[in-house]
Amino acid sequence: FPGLADVSISQDIPVEGEITVPVGSHSPDEDCSTLDEPVKDTIMRDLKAVGKKFVHVMYPRKSSALLRDWDLWGPLVLCVSLALMLQGGSADSKDDGGPQFAEVFVIIWFGAVVITLNSKLLGGTISFFQSLCVLGYCVLPLTVAMLVCRLVLLAGAGTVSFIIRLIVVGAMFGWSTLASTAFLADSQPPNRKALVVYPIFLFYFVISWMILTFTPQ
Amino acid sequence: QGGGSAVIDMENMDDTSGSSFEDMGEMHQRMKEEEEEEAEGEAGAGEEEDGEFLGMKGLRGQLGRQVADQMWQVGKRQASRAFSLYANIDILRPYFDVEPVQVRARLLESMIPVKMINFPQKIAGELYGPLMLVFTLVAILLHGMKTSDTIIREGTLMGTAIGTCFGYWLGVSSFMYFLAYLCNAQITMVQMLSLLGYGLFGHCITLFVTYNIHFHSLFYIFWLVVGGLSTLRMVAVLVSRTVGHTQRLILCGTLAALHMLFLLYLHFAYHKVVEGILDTLEGPNMPPFQRVARDIPVVSNAVLNTTAKAIALTL
Repeated sequence: FPGLADVSISQDIPVEGEITVPVGSHSPDEDCSTLDEPVKDTIMRDLKAVGKKFVHVMYPRKSSALLRDWDLWGPLVLCVSLALMLQGGSADSKDDGGPQFAEVFVIIWFGAVVITLNSKLLGGTISFFQSLCVLGYCVLPLTVAMLVCRLVLLAGAGTVSFIIRLIVVGAMFGWSTLASTAFLADSQPPNRKALVVYPIFLFYFVISWMILTFTPQ
Repeated sequence: QGGGSAVIDMENMDDTSGSSFEDMGEMHQRMKEEEEEEAEGEAGAGEEEDGEFLGMKGLRGQLGRQVADQMWQVGKRQASRAFSLYANIDILRPYFDVEPVQVRARLLESMIPVKMINFPQKIAGELYGPLMLVFTLVAILLHGMKTSDTIIREGTLMGTAIGTCFGYWLGVSSFMYFLAYLCNAQITMVQMLSLLGYGLFGHCITLFVTYNIHFHSLFYIFWLVVGGLSTLRMVAVLVSRTVGHTQRLILCGTLAALHMLFLLYLHFAYHKVVEGILDTLEGPNMPPFQRVARDIPVVSNAVLNTTAKAIALTL
């Protein structure tokens, strides 16, 4: 690759124009005003941003709001709640939920990183953290499925409950995959969408498997 | 084309990493220009002023230059770190340059042994297909745990599944590459990875079918037919790239043995590992190699009783 040997940032490439995110730019007087505001306002602003993204995931339309101002609060909250709910599913009660929690955490984040790297290697135009953000937020339907499964399991653990859980988890898995595909596949060249969708499908399949096979103690 | 994509990547770099790099560059540039102006100004004024006065001004200029240099070093270090990260990705980029049609064609080809072994067969040095196949194999192994209803220690099983599949793919590829180097075969590491990875397609099919339909004889048929076909293909490709009977024998024998034995191991070892854990927990009541779906409440009750007994014994 001869072009790689002499890559350097020449002065006339408008790098700053491309990299700075318009929403994230803080003019000096804005900084002072957000420093002086009460903590409740700051928290509410972040919560509203996270909530708006949740709504975007539940009703996936082709909007770029999820991509433009990415944040990782939502994925963290979802991942932690999913891992907490999946804890205590091991039959050995001496085995504490420690490995289970770490397992879910590692699988979600490692899987998201691998999918992001894959989509970048296939020629995607989305940035690393934007992709992590989208994949993390699209775990929301599966977290809802986990809640429903736990409630169903409270009622009993027979065949009927298994069928209900299977249907719910399957539907949420399809929703997750569709939602993340709606955001991520657009950033790929059109003929390679299938190559990017497949690992996402596998990723959510593994998470759905973990949810479906959860048996409380 | 590679250079173009590297530049585009730098532009798409997210705003949290390396954002100070451009600022450093700009600041350094500005400081350099300022110092040049200062130097010119000093040079102009120094001729008229006292020598010692010039010395103090010169010292201040030096301090400023040092600080600017330090900041430039920090910025450069950050930039080189960021760039090496991207350079690593760019090294892998050509191996992911595939179309879905190509992947499908290669998957089907991996089951068809080639007839011409007299001149070297082409191996596509592609890593997307093999990587996806390894992940699919991991998912199928996990699915196999579920359908055999043995969910004792999920965490350990999952880690084992991922470790086994990746360990096989990377380890056996490296070993075969080493053997190929000894036997003078014309194959590169990426090609070896690709060949072995696509050979896992047969494994995926076999395990997917036999984890859902639990018949020993069915598994053996699949093992021979599907595993055999993919082994034959890999062996034929390797033979076409090696000269000398002994070398061909060594290479192909090793590859065939490892490939087929891995499939056997995947089918039997996981059932046995999991059933071994079950046996130790439940005692001699459970018959070994039971392929019917286990009743989870019974199992968990038995486990609870055993653990309660064990705790009572220790107290």
